[in-house]
Formats: sequence, structure tokens, C-alpha cells
Amino acid sequence: MRTIRAAATGAVVMSLALAATACGGGSSTDGEGSNDSPKTLTYWASNQGASIEVDKKVLQPELDKFEKKTGIKVKLEVVPWSDLLNRILTATASGQGPDVLNIGNTWSASLQATGALLPWNDVNLAKIGGKGRFVASALGSTGAQGKDPAAVPLYSMAYALYYNKQIFADAGIAQPPATWAELTADGKKIQARGNQVLGAEGANVSENVHHVFVFAKQHDADFFTPDGKPDFTSDGVVTAVQQYVDLMAKDKVIPQGNAEYAQNQSVSDFAKGKTAMLLWQSASANLASQGMSEDRYGVAPVPVQSGAPGAGAQVDSMVAGINLAVFKNTDNLDGATEFVKFMTGDEEQKILNKAYSTIPPVASAQADPAFGTPANAILKDTLAKSAAALPQVADESQFETTVGTAVKALFAEAAAGHPVTTESVRAELAKAQQQMPAK
Amino acid sequence: MTITVEAGKPQVAGGEPAPRSRPGRRSHRVGLPYLLLLPALILELLVHLVPMVIGVLMSLKALTQFSIRDWGAAPWSGLDNYRVSVHFDAPVGQALLRSFLVTVGFTLLSVGRCWLIGTAAAIFMQDAFRGRGLLRALFLVPYALPVYAAAITWVFMFQHDNGLVNHVLHDQLHLTDKPSFWLIGDNSFYALLTVSVWKGWPFAFLIVMAGLQNIPRELYEAAALDGAGVWQQIRRITLPSLAPVNQVLVLVLFLWTFNDFNTPFVLFGRAAPEAADLISVHIYQASFVTWNFGAGSAMSVLLLLFLLAVTGVYLALTTRGRRPSRAR
Repeated sequence: MRTIRAAATGAVVMSLALAATACGGGSSTDGEGSNDSPKTLTYWASNQGASIEVDKKVLQPELDKFEKKTGIKVKLEVVPWSDLLNRILTATASGQGPDVLNIGNTWSASLQATGALLPWNDVNLAKIGGKGRFVASALGSTGAQGKDPAAVPLYSMAYALYYNKQIFADAGIAQPPATWAELTADGKKIQARGNQVLGAEGANVSENVHHVFVFAKQHDADFFTPDGKPDFTSDGVVTAVQQYVDLMAKDKVIPQGNAEYAQNQSVSDFAKGKTAMLLWQSASANLASQGMSEDRYGVAPVPVQSGAPGAGAQVDSMVAGINLAVFKNTDNLDGATEFVKFMTGDEEQKILNKAYSTIPPVASAQADPAFGTPANAILKDTLAKSAAALPQVADESQFETTVGTAVKALFAEAAAGHPVTTESVRAELAKAQQQMPAK
Repeated sequence: MTITVEAGKPQVAGGEPAPRSRPGRRSHRVGLPYLLLLPALILELLVHLVPMVIGVLMSLKALTQFSIRDWGAAPWSGLDNYRVSVHFDAPVGQALLRSFLVTVGFTLLSVGRCWLIGTAAAIFMQDAFRGRGLLRALFLVPYALPVYAAAITWVFMFQHDNGLVNHVLHDQLHLTDKPSFWLIGDNSFYALLTVSVWKGWPFAFLIVMAGLQNIPRELYEAAALDGAGVWQQIRRITLPSLAPVNQVLVLVLFLWTFNDFNTPFVLFGRAAPEAADLISVHIYQASFVTWNFGAGSAMSVLLLLFLLAVTGVYLALTTRGRRPSRAR
């Protein structure tokens, strides 16, 4: 009896202890940051390389370098894109997150609105060398206008047109197309020789948004009114979305099968020589990892409606990139700031951006000859002259999902052979707009 | 519960006057089982009830990206989230209703097929034959596979360009004019149904097979002597004897299928096609895609109430229907 009682008491105590730790576990869950644990940092990196393993191989030596320099051990976790935003939201709700993290630069304003990220005011920016270190276009995608940035730029990317030199030569095309009309015309020649023309990720919500955003710019239209209200059904936006979907529905340059692509199959198709062209952000490293050497493809600016890329209606890319943010409730504020300074320092910027074939958003690192190759020159030029930042509004991430899903549905219609009309595009966009949070 | 009752009065056994136990010792005896149950109770509270209560509380708040960081302080919104969810003339309610109807249709079709295939297979396997053990094991494979691995394999098979399904249906059997899309558009409903049935029927098979072991062989022998054929034996003996098993089986299949999140999410990702927009994925979208966690919670609570109601009515109907037959 005695032993049973002892065992029972033990079980109760244990379960109570379990309950207590489950409720109050972890570090500080609210309020501002501190320096309670100055020797460790947790870092969530986004998946930039061809795989998560590649990222670990690229980043770990740099983190070791940081530890040697400062004595701070950085625990690295590479989070796949499919999970990253949800993981950040969960961390925001629970207060149990990393100290430092990568975010897609287009999410900056949305995440800024949660208040979970450390604002980079002048004091904080001064600790990492000041605002002046960063290129202006990259800084334009770090949060809502008029507010302190929610993150600092880490890697910059831009869209470019990648084309298969052999297929172009076989089809007798001397120059990559500079306008959409030229692209469609070239497509006919390429198709005549049995090749697919242009790859796209029709079921990838984010890719869809990036493209229709640029098309909208080319039609002088915006998805948000100047005061930040969603406006998805204006004539310009409808024309833009229809023009993108028509690349499959009417012009037939995007193969119908691409309507269900969402796992970067269009990159593999291009690397395998199945498609002649691909619109992608900083694809070199990705293509190399899939066995396509640099001499087999050319890089050109994304086509425009007419003329040459530039500002306004000549925009031909979004400002793509990755930002580095600090969770406000970090236990190692000084260490986190130090880490951001390290990652945005000239040396690391050169190493990391080379590894990922991205462009450093830090002006002094851009001067390195490695970023002067013809491919990088085009990306740099695009970022400097003809790229526009996605809307920096709190509802940006909702916009990406609702509009991206609408375009996915339109591609599905086009792939099924159903007509895509101005009315059907407008209806789909109206549905997307209705799902946006009420203002 | 039963232990306590028995522990309370073991003395009467045998009809002899029981020795009087000391009150202190008695209370120990009564308390001990509760004490032993306590850890399980606390964990049950933590794992199941607390999140449910929190979910209900969240559904009463205007919880968006602006308040998620300190969600306890999010403003109360009363029943607003519920009003929006069931306002079927407005876009949000309309979408929820459509998703609900798709789910109901999908669940009925899936559960019906799972039950039919599972029961048929179990009855075929009732009599011993060479290789029965092997077949039984083989049939259970879809149930034993992790959902993710299985669903991803189906994604490959359903691909438009290189998928096995199109290869067989179009290239080899020439059943379609051109390769079909299975992962986008209207066909996605059938793709989802196929995977769901493929994954669910082995469970029905397993349970019915277990139920069949309890039917006395003499019944079949007697029926055979009376001249009943195989079909009559199935209708008059097998199915009525399986009724209690089926009652639970159908309910469990229904709840699992109605709530299934993994299969549609792995097949279609975060933006499911309208034709295959199951309610769990829809609620996930409402919460995480538009970052409106209050509305998402309200929809979850509505789903919970619906499933509770269905379960209650179902149990009441099926149990009432069975009692008289037992009394006979």
C-alpha cells in the first residue's frame, strides 16, 4: 500500500511539474529584448541554395567565423519557403522565436505591422554602419514608407530573361526579345522547331504575383490606392493580369502543363533544355546546381511593352531579395545586432552573395569584380534603374496570396482550354479583393 | 469509475458480514484511483481541453496581424466573427458555405466507397485460401504508409506531363482526347477522392475483418442447410451481425474524412482549387492566408458544433434502430 501511495504521489507531482513547465516554458515571451543570454543566438535562414543542405554548407563556416570573432554561438536552422511565413507568425504569437531571421523582403511591411520585429531606427542603424551602406532600391523594400525599417537588406535579386543559346541559334533568332510582341513572335519560330517557349510556375502563388505586379506597372496600374486600399479590378490591373495569363491562353508561349507547376519545375525544364526561355530571379546558382553551365544560356532584361527598361511604365522587375530582421524580444540584443553587422559587412556580403548568385545590397561590396559578370551586370542594372518594390502595405502578404491564387485559377482555366476573357479575369480579381481584410 | 464502485463495497461478497474497516483507510481506498487518474486527467486537459477553450476565446476576438503578438490584449468582438462566417450573402460566408458543401459531398462519396470496398474485401477474405495472409498484409499497406509520403507519390502520378495516371488513361488506353489536369481545375475533386478512398478503405477492411471473426460459423451452416445462397447469407447474416461494428466504423470514417487536412494540403498546397476546397484547408486559409485568426477560430468552432450535432443525431438514430432487434 505504502509503495502504491508513494508511486501515486510521485505520478501526481510529476504531472503537475509537467503541466507547470508546459505552461511557462521557454524564455521571456513578451516585452522588449534583453541581454540575458549573451553567448548564444538562434538564426532562421531562408532556403537560398538549391537545397537546405547546400545552405547549411554555405552558412556554417561563416557562423563559425562569427563565433571565433565574438564568442557567440549561432544555432542555425534553414527554414523552407513553404513554412517560413507560418513559422514566423507562430513565433510572433508565442513569443518563442529565433533571435535573428531572414524574411522575404516583400513581407517587410506585413511583419512590421505585427510589431514583433526590432525597428531599425537611426540608433540601431548606426550600430551596423548606418543607412548609407545600403543601396537605395533595396532599402525601399524594408517596410512601410515613413516608418523605421523592419529589417535590413541581405541579398538582392531581380528578374531577368534567361534564354537557351542553342535553341535560339537553331531557330535563327539573333537577339533575345526586348518586348512582349517580340517574345511571342520568337515563340512561333521556336515552336516550329518543336521546342517549348517560355517556362512559368502557374500554381506558385508568389511567382504569379511577382509577374502580374510588373505587368501592372507596365500598364501604369497599381494593386493598391495611394492610401493603401486594395484596388484589384481597375482596367489597368485587369489588362495586366490578362496579358500574363494570355501568354498561355492566347499566345500559347507558356506550355499548358506549366499551369500546375509550383515546385520550380520550370527551372528544371529550362536546365534540361526543354524550354527556350525562363523569367526568373538570379537563377545562375540554381541552374548550375542542375547541371546547366553558364555558357549554354544568355541573360537579358525582362521584356517590356515597347522601348527599353526604365522607370514608370518601363519597369521590368520587382525588387526581389531577402532581408535580415531581429526579433524584438531577443535575449541577446547586442549579440543579434552584432550578427547583423557581421552579415552585412563587406566580406560576408561578398562571400554569401557569390554563393547564392545574388547581388549585394551593400554598395561597397557590389564593387567586387565577381558582381561585374554580364549576368550580374544586367541584374545590377535592373535593380538600379527598372525595378519597383512590391506594395509596402500591411496587407501585402494577404495580397500575395489572394491575387496569386486568382492567377493560379485563371491559368487552370487556360490550361483546360476554357477562354480567359476580360470579364473572367475581372471576376476572379474581384473575388480576390473581397477576401482582403476589411478596412 | 467501476473500480470505485467495487472498492466501495467489497464487503458484501459471499453474504458474510464484512469486517468493519477504519474510516481513514476507507477514504484512502476511495481516493487512490482518482489519484492515479489525475496525471492522465491533467494531460488530457492540457492537450485537448485547454486548446479548445482557447480556440473558443480566440473566436470572440478581432485577432489579426496587428494584435497577434499579444493576442490576449486583442479587442473583443463578440459574435462578429460568427456573423461574418454565416452571412451567406457575403463573400466570406459564401465561400465557407461552398467549401462546406464540397466537403459534405466529398465525405459522403469517400466514406461510402471506403466502406463498400473494405467490406467487400473483408468478406472475400473470410474463407481461408492460399496467400490470404499475404493479401491481407498487402491491403493494409496504404493505411500503414505515412500520409505525406503517400500523397506526394500521388502528386507525381497525377502530374499532367509525366504522370502515370495520364500515361495510362491517355497514352495507353486512349480514354481521353488530351492529357487531363488532375491537380488543378475541376478534376482535382476526383483526384482527392481517389487518394482519400485509397488511403481510407484498408481501415474499413481491418475493422470489418475483425468484426467478421465474431460471427458464429454455425449461423452460416444453418442458413446453408435452409437453402440460403451466398448473397442471402451476406444480406441476412453478415451485414446484420456487423451492424454494431459498422455503426462505429462509419462514424469514425466520417469524422476523419470530414476533417482531413493532410491529403488536400499535400496534393494542392496552400491554394486548393475550388472543386477540392475542403473545409479544414479552407479554415486554414482563412486564418493563415488572410491572417484573420479570429474568423478562422470562429469557423473551427462552427465546424466542431456541426460535427458534434451530426455525431449526436447519428448515434441516437443508429442506436435506437438497433435496440428492438436485440430484444427479440
